[in-house]
Amino acid sequence: MLEFLKQPWPWYVGGALIGLTVPILLILGNKTFGISSSLRHLCAACLPAKIPYFMYDWKKEAWNLFFVAGVLGGAMLAANFLSDPNPLVVAESTKTYLAEKGITDTSALLPAEIFAWENVLSLRGFFFFVVGGFCVGFGTRYAGGCTSGHAIMGLSNLQWPSLIATMSFMVGGVVMTWFILPYLLTL
Amino acid sequence: MKDAKTPDPPVDPDFEQRSLDAVCVDESQLQHPWWHNLKYTAWGLMFGVVFVKTEIISWFRIQEMFRFESFHMYGVIGTAVLVGAMSVILIKRLKARTMHGETIVIHPKEFNKGQIYGGLIFGLGWAITGACPGPLFAQMGAGFGAISITFLFAVVGTWVYGLIRERLPH
Repeated sequence: MLEFLKQPWPWYVGGALIGLTVPILLILGNKTFGISSSLRHLCAACLPAKIPYFMYDWKKEAWNLFFVAGVLGGAMLAANFLSDPNPLVVAESTKTYLAEKGITDTSALLPAEIFAWENVLSLRGFFFFVVGGFCVGFGTRYAGGCTSGHAIMGLSNLQWPSLIATMSFMVGGVVMTWFILPYLLTL
Repeated sequence: MKDAKTPDPPVDPDFEQRSLDAVCVDESQLQHPWWHNLKYTAWGLMFGVVFVKTEIISWFRIQEMFRFESFHMYGVIGTAVLVGAMSVILIKRLKARTMHGETIVIHPKEFNKGQIYGGLIFGLGWAITGACPGPLFAQMGAGFGAISITFLFAVVGTWVYGLIRERLPH
Protein backbone atom coordinates (compact mmCIF):
# COMPACT_ATOMS: atom_id res chain seq x y z
CA MET A 1 0.00 0.00 0.00
CA LEU A 2 2.70 2.45 1.03
CA GLU A 3 4.76 1.53 -2.03
CA PHE A 4 1.72 2.16 -4.18
CA LEU A 5 1.16 5.60 -2.63
CA LYS A 6 4.80 6.51 -3.11
CA GLN A 7 4.57 6.43 -6.88
CA PRO A 8 3.59 9.68 -8.58
CA TRP A 9 -0.21 9.91 -8.62
CA PRO A 10 -1.94 10.14 -12.01
CA TRP A 11 -3.54 13.41 -13.09
CA TYR A 12 -7.12 12.20 -12.72
CA VAL A 13 -6.60 11.28 -9.05
CA GLY A 14 -5.08 14.66 -8.24
CA GLY A 15 -7.63 16.50 -10.34
CA ALA A 16 -10.57 14.75 -8.72
CA LEU A 17 -9.30 15.39 -5.18
CA ILE A 18 -8.64 19.04 -5.96
CA GLY A 19 -12.09 19.36 -7.54
CA LEU A 20 -13.65 17.80 -4.44
CA THR A 21 -12.20 20.67 -2.41
CA VAL A 22 -14.93 22.88 -3.89
CA PRO A 23 -17.90 21.03 -2.34
CA ILE A 24 -15.99 20.04 0.79
CA LEU A 25 -15.23 23.66 1.75
CA LEU A 26 -18.81 24.64 0.97
CA ILE A 27 -20.18 21.87 3.14
CA LEU A 28 -17.69 22.36 5.96
CA GLY A 29 -18.69 25.99 6.39
CA ASN A 30 -19.91 27.76 3.26
CA LYS A 31 -16.36 28.63 2.24
CA THR A 32 -15.47 29.50 -1.33
CA PHE A 33 -12.26 27.84 -2.46
CA GLY A 34 -9.37 30.23 -3.00
CA ILE A 35 -5.81 30.32 -1.80
CA SER A 36 -4.23 33.62 -2.81
CA SER A 37 -6.45 35.55 -0.40
CA SER A 38 -4.36 34.04 2.39
CA LEU A 39 -1.58 36.42 1.33
CA ARG A 40 -3.95 39.34 1.77
CA HIS A 41 -4.97 38.10 5.21
CA LEU A 42 -1.29 37.87 6.16
CA CYS A 43 -0.82 41.50 5.13
CA ALA A 44 -3.93 42.52 7.04
CA ALA A 45 -2.75 40.64 10.11
CA CYS A 46 0.90 41.68 10.08
CA LEU A 47 1.25 45.05 8.37
CA PRO A 48 -2.07 46.74 7.52
CA ALA A 49 -0.32 50.16 7.67
CA LYS A 50 -3.70 51.95 7.56
CA ILE A 51 -4.15 50.91 3.92
CA PRO A 52 -7.95 50.64 3.40
CA TYR A 53 -7.54 47.37 1.44
CA PHE A 54 -6.09 45.73 4.56
CA MET A 55 -8.36 47.36 7.12
CA TYR A 56 -10.83 44.55 7.66
CA ASP A 57 -11.39 41.92 10.27
CA TRP A 58 -9.04 39.25 8.90
CA LYS A 59 -9.93 36.95 11.78
CA LYS A 60 -13.26 36.31 10.08
CA GLU A 61 -11.27 34.74 7.26
CA ALA A 62 -8.93 32.82 9.52
CA TRP A 63 -10.15 29.52 8.05
CA ASN A 64 -8.12 30.35 4.95
CA LEU A 65 -4.92 30.54 7.00
CA PHE A 66 -5.75 27.28 8.75
CA PHE A 67 -6.25 25.72 5.32
CA VAL A 68 -2.89 26.86 3.90
CA ALA A 69 -1.15 25.75 7.09
CA GLY A 70 -2.56 22.32 6.28
CA VAL A 71 -1.26 22.53 2.71
CA LEU A 72 2.22 23.26 4.06
CA GLY A 73 2.00 20.41 6.56
CA GLY A 74 0.60 17.96 4.00
CA ALA A 75 3.45 18.71 1.62
CA MET A 76 5.88 18.11 4.48
CA LEU A 77 4.28 14.73 5.23
CA ALA A 78 4.31 13.71 1.58
CA ALA A 79 7.94 14.75 1.10
CA ASN A 80 9.07 12.87 4.21
CA PHE A 81 7.00 9.72 4.15
CA LEU A 82 5.66 9.26 0.63
CA SER A 83 8.48 10.50 -1.51
CA ASP A 84 9.34 8.72 -4.72
CA PRO A 85 13.07 7.93 -4.97
CA ASN A 86 13.08 8.00 -8.77
CA PRO A 87 13.87 11.14 -10.75
CA LEU A 88 10.98 13.12 -12.17
CA VAL A 89 9.73 11.97 -15.56
CA VAL A 90 9.81 15.11 -17.70
CA ALA A 91 8.48 15.25 -21.26
CA GLU A 92 11.37 14.51 -23.64
CA SER A 93 11.02 17.74 -25.62
CA THR A 94 10.90 19.89 -22.49
CA LYS A 95 13.88 18.01 -21.11
CA THR A 96 15.96 18.56 -24.26
CA TYR A 97 15.10 22.26 -24.31
CA LEU A 98 15.96 22.76 -20.64
CA ALA A 99 19.21 20.80 -21.03
CA GLU A 100 20.26 23.27 -23.74
CA LYS A 101 19.74 25.97 -21.13
CA GLY A 102 21.80 24.08 -18.57
CA ILE A 103 18.91 22.75 -16.48
CA THR A 104 19.57 19.01 -16.20
CA ASP A 105 18.88 18.09 -12.58
CA THR A 106 15.45 16.40 -12.52
CA SER A 107 16.09 14.54 -9.27
CA ALA A 108 13.71 16.83 -7.36
CA LEU A 109 10.46 18.65 -8.12
CA LEU A 110 12.33 21.93 -8.55
CA PRO A 111 15.64 22.28 -10.43
CA ALA A 112 18.53 22.75 -8.02
CA GLU A 113 20.27 24.90 -10.66
CA ILE A 114 17.71 27.65 -10.01
CA PHE A 115 15.91 27.28 -6.70
CA ALA A 116 18.82 26.93 -4.28
CA TRP A 117 19.82 29.28 -1.48
CA GLU A 118 23.13 30.15 -3.15
CA ASN A 119 21.24 31.65 -6.11
CA VAL A 120 19.08 33.98 -4.04
CA LEU A 121 21.49 36.89 -4.20
CA SER A 122 22.47 36.44 -7.86
CA LEU A 123 20.89 38.15 -10.86
CA ARG A 124 19.20 34.85 -11.73
CA GLY A 125 17.83 34.69 -8.21
CA PHE A 126 16.55 38.24 -8.45
CA PHE A 127 14.28 37.22 -11.32
CA PHE A 128 13.30 33.74 -10.15
CA PHE A 129 12.67 34.60 -6.51
CA VAL A 130 12.05 38.33 -6.22
CA VAL A 131 10.41 39.33 -9.52
CA GLY A 132 8.60 36.00 -9.88
CA GLY A 133 7.25 36.06 -6.34
CA PHE A 134 6.22 39.69 -6.65
CA CYS A 135 4.29 38.99 -9.88
CA VAL A 136 2.50 36.07 -8.25
CA GLY A 137 1.41 38.12 -5.24
CA PHE A 138 0.61 41.34 -7.08
CA GLY A 139 -1.03 39.67 -10.08
CA THR A 140 -3.29 37.31 -8.15
CA ARG A 141 -4.60 40.10 -5.96
CA TYR A 142 -5.09 42.41 -8.95
CA ALA A 143 -6.96 39.61 -10.72
CA GLY A 144 -8.95 38.85 -7.56
CA GLY A 145 -7.90 35.23 -7.41
CA CYS A 146 -5.46 32.59 -8.58
CA THR A 147 -5.65 29.17 -10.14
CA SER A 148 -7.80 27.93 -7.27
CA GLY A 149 -10.14 30.90 -6.90
CA HIS A 150 -10.65 31.58 -10.59
CA ALA A 151 -9.62 28.55 -12.66
CA ILE A 152 -11.14 25.95 -10.35
CA MET A 153 -13.76 27.60 -8.12
CA GLY A 154 -14.84 30.24 -10.65
CA LEU A 155 -15.01 27.92 -13.64
CA SER A 156 -16.82 25.29 -11.55
CA ASN A 157 -19.50 27.90 -10.93
CA LEU A 158 -19.47 28.90 -14.63
CA GLN A 159 -18.35 32.45 -13.98
CA TRP A 160 -17.23 34.17 -17.17
CA PRO A 161 -14.97 36.69 -15.38
CA SER A 162 -13.05 33.67 -14.09
CA LEU A 163 -12.71 32.33 -17.63
CA ILE A 164 -11.22 35.65 -18.70
CA ALA A 165 -8.86 35.58 -15.72
CA THR A 166 -7.83 31.99 -16.49
CA MET A 167 -7.14 32.83 -20.13
CA SER A 168 -5.06 35.82 -19.00
CA PHE A 169 -3.04 33.53 -16.68
CA MET A 170 -2.33 31.27 -19.65
CA VAL A 171 -1.37 34.12 -21.98
CA GLY A 172 0.98 35.59 -19.35
CA GLY A 173 2.54 32.18 -18.74
CA VAL A 174 3.01 31.43 -22.43
CA VAL A 175 4.60 34.84 -23.08
CA MET A 176 7.01 34.33 -20.18
CA THR A 177 7.87 30.74 -21.12
CA TRP A 178 8.44 31.32 -24.83
CA PHE A 179 9.74 34.87 -25.05
CA ILE A 180 11.33 35.91 -21.74
CA LEU A 181 12.39 32.78 -19.85
CA PRO A 182 14.87 31.72 -22.59
CA TYR A 183 16.88 34.83 -21.65
CA LEU A 184 16.41 34.52 -17.91
CA LEU A 185 17.69 30.94 -18.02
CA THR A 186 21.00 32.10 -19.46
CA LEU A 187 21.65 34.49 -16.54
CA MET B 1 -31.87 25.69 13.91
CA LYS B 2 -32.66 29.14 12.65
CA ASP B 3 -32.20 29.67 8.95
CA ALA B 4 -29.27 31.85 8.08
CA LYS B 5 -31.18 34.01 5.63
CA THR B 6 -29.36 36.40 3.39
CA PRO B 7 -29.71 39.63 5.32
CA ASP B 8 -30.74 42.82 3.58
CA PRO B 9 -27.31 44.29 3.32
CA PRO B 10 -26.88 47.03 5.86
CA VAL B 11 -23.80 49.05 4.97
CA ASP B 12 -21.02 47.11 6.56
CA PRO B 13 -17.65 48.64 5.72
CA ASP B 14 -15.82 45.56 6.92
CA PHE B 15 -17.82 43.27 4.66
CA GLU B 16 -17.42 45.72 1.78
CA GLN B 17 -13.67 45.59 2.18
CA ARG B 18 -13.41 41.86 2.50
CA SER B 19 -15.74 41.16 -0.40
CA LEU B 20 -13.45 42.99 -2.80
CA ASP B 21 -11.87 39.61 -2.86
CA ALA B 22 -13.75 36.91 -4.63
CA VAL B 23 -13.49 34.50 -1.75
CA CYS B 24 -14.03 36.83 1.17
CA VAL B 25 -17.76 37.07 1.00
CA ASP B 26 -18.88 34.59 3.56
CA GLU B 27 -20.37 36.05 6.69
CA SER B 28 -21.48 33.13 8.77
CA GLN B 29 -24.18 33.82 11.31
CA LEU B 30 -22.71 31.16 13.54
CA GLN B 31 -19.94 31.67 16.02
CA HIS B 32 -17.53 28.83 16.51
CA PRO B 33 -14.58 28.39 18.81
CA TRP B 34 -11.26 28.77 16.96
CA TRP B 35 -10.49 25.05 16.85
CA HIS B 36 -13.39 24.54 14.48
CA ASN B 37 -11.02 25.88 11.85
CA LEU B 38 -8.93 22.74 12.22
CA LYS B 39 -11.36 20.97 9.89
CA TYR B 40 -9.95 23.17 7.14
CA THR B 41 -6.43 22.27 8.20
CA ALA B 42 -7.39 18.61 7.90
CA TRP B 43 -8.47 18.97 4.28
CA GLY B 44 -5.48 21.26 3.70
CA LEU B 45 -3.21 18.38 4.74
CA MET B 46 -4.86 16.16 2.15
CA PHE B 47 -4.48 18.94 -0.38
CA GLY B 48 -0.78 19.36 0.37
CA VAL B 49 -0.18 15.63 -0.11
CA VAL B 50 -2.00 15.76 -3.46
CA PHE B 51 0.06 18.77 -4.55
CA VAL B 52 3.28 16.87 -3.96
CA LYS B 53 2.23 13.42 -5.17
CA THR B 54 0.61 14.70 -8.36
CA GLU B 55 3.72 16.84 -8.88
CA ILE B 56 1.65 19.97 -9.37
CA ILE B 57 4.19 21.94 -7.36
CA SER B 58 6.95 20.98 -9.78
CA TRP B 59 8.52 23.76 -11.82
CA PHE B 60 9.09 21.18 -14.57
CA ARG B 61 5.36 20.36 -14.83
CA ILE B 62 4.56 24.06 -15.24
CA GLN B 63 7.20 24.39 -17.97
CA GLU B 64 5.68 21.40 -19.78
CA MET B 65 2.25 22.95 -19.49
CA PHE B 66 3.22 26.34 -20.94
CA ARG B 67 5.29 24.67 -23.64
CA PHE B 68 2.28 22.46 -24.51
CA GLU B 69 4.48 19.39 -24.24
CA SER B 70 2.57 17.38 -21.68
CA PHE B 71 -1.07 16.73 -20.93
CA HIS B 72 -0.54 16.30 -17.18
CA MET B 73 -1.46 19.76 -15.85
CA TYR B 74 -4.33 20.15 -18.30
CA GLY B 75 -5.63 16.81 -17.09
CA VAL B 76 -5.36 17.86 -13.45
CA ILE B 77 -7.06 21.25 -13.90
CA GLY B 78 -9.65 19.87 -16.33
CA THR B 79 -10.64 17.04 -13.98
CA ALA B 80 -10.75 19.44 -11.04
CA VAL B 81 -13.09 21.80 -12.89
CA LEU B 82 -15.28 18.92 -14.04
CA VAL B 83 -15.60 17.50 -10.52
CA GLY B 84 -16.05 20.98 -9.06
CA ALA B 85 -18.73 21.94 -11.58
CA MET B 86 -20.68 18.72 -11.08
CA SER B 87 -20.53 19.26 -7.31
CA VAL B 88 -21.77 22.84 -7.61
CA ILE B 89 -24.67 21.72 -9.81
CA LEU B 90 -25.56 19.02 -7.28
CA ILE B 91 -25.33 21.42 -4.36
CA LYS B 92 -27.63 23.89 -6.13
CA ARG B 93 -30.10 21.19 -7.23
CA LEU B 94 -30.28 19.60 -3.81
CA LYS B 95 -30.22 22.97 -2.06
CA ALA B 96 -27.56 21.38 0.11
CA ARG B 97 -26.68 22.88 3.45
CA THR B 98 -23.47 23.09 5.37
CA MET B 99 -22.75 20.60 8.13
CA HIS B 100 -24.09 23.25 10.52
CA GLY B 101 -27.35 23.63 8.63
CA GLU B 102 -26.67 26.96 6.94
CA THR B 103 -27.75 27.55 3.37
CA ILE B 104 -24.85 27.29 0.95
CA VAL B 105 -24.42 30.51 -0.98
CA ILE B 106 -21.95 30.91 -3.83
CA HIS B 107 -21.42 34.51 -4.79
CA PRO B 108 -20.95 35.46 -8.44
CA LYS B 109 -17.66 37.02 -9.52
CA GLU B 110 -17.86 40.53 -10.88
CA PHE B 111 -15.87 41.40 -13.95
CA ASN B 112 -13.28 44.12 -13.80
CA LYS B 113 -10.25 44.85 -15.97
CA GLY B 114 -7.99 43.70 -13.16
CA GLN B 115 -8.80 40.14 -14.14
CA ILE B 116 -7.00 40.79 -17.42
CA TYR B 117 -4.09 42.96 -16.25
CA GLY B 118 -3.60 41.12 -13.00
CA GLY B 119 -4.12 37.79 -14.74
CA LEU B 120 -1.35 38.55 -17.23
CA ILE B 121 1.02 39.61 -14.44
CA PHE B 122 0.26 36.51 -12.42
CA GLY B 123 0.79 34.37 -15.55
CA LEU B 124 4.27 35.84 -15.98
CA GLY B 125 5.08 35.04 -12.37
CA TRP B 126 3.56 31.56 -12.55
CA ALA B 127 5.85 30.61 -15.41
CA ILE B 128 9.00 31.94 -13.70
CA THR B 129 8.41 30.49 -10.25
CA GLY B 130 6.52 27.41 -11.41
CA ALA B 131 4.06 28.07 -8.62
CA CYS B 132 0.74 29.67 -7.88
CA PRO B 133 0.13 30.73 -4.29
CA GLY B 134 -1.01 27.26 -3.14
CA PRO B 135 2.08 25.46 -4.45
CA LEU B 136 4.29 28.12 -2.83
CA PHE B 137 3.11 26.88 0.56
CA ALA B 138 3.57 23.28 -0.56
CA GLN B 139 7.05 23.86 -1.99
CA MET B 140 8.17 25.32 1.34
CA GLY B 141 6.57 22.41 3.17
CA ALA B 142 8.26 19.89 0.88
CA GLY B 143 11.63 21.20 1.99
CA PHE B 144 12.56 23.79 -0.64
CA GLY B 145 13.62 26.37 1.91
CA ALA B 146 14.74 29.01 -0.57
CA ILE B 147 11.14 29.31 -1.77
CA SER B 148 10.49 31.23 1.43
CA ILE B 149 12.10 34.16 -0.43
CA THR B 150 9.64 33.77 -3.31
CA PHE B 151 6.85 33.58 -0.77
CA LEU B 152 8.07 36.68 1.02
CA PHE B 153 8.00 38.64 -2.23
CA ALA B 154 4.55 37.28 -3.07
CA VAL B 155 3.38 38.81 0.21
CA VAL B 156 5.21 42.03 -0.68
CA GLY B 157 3.48 42.03 -4.09
CA THR B 158 0.11 41.62 -2.41
CA TRP B 159 0.90 44.46 -0.03
CA VAL B 160 2.04 46.79 -2.81
CA TYR B 161 -1.16 46.02 -4.71
CA GLY B 162 -3.14 47.10 -1.64
CA LEU B 163 -1.06 50.25 -1.43
CA ILE B 164 -1.61 51.40 -5.02
CA ARG B 165 -4.91 49.76 -5.94
CA GLU B 166 -6.81 53.04 -6.06
CA ARG B 167 -4.49 54.22 -8.82
CA LEU B 168 -4.70 51.06 -10.93
CA PRO B 169 -7.23 50.61 -13.74
CA HIS B 170 -10.00 48.23 -12.72
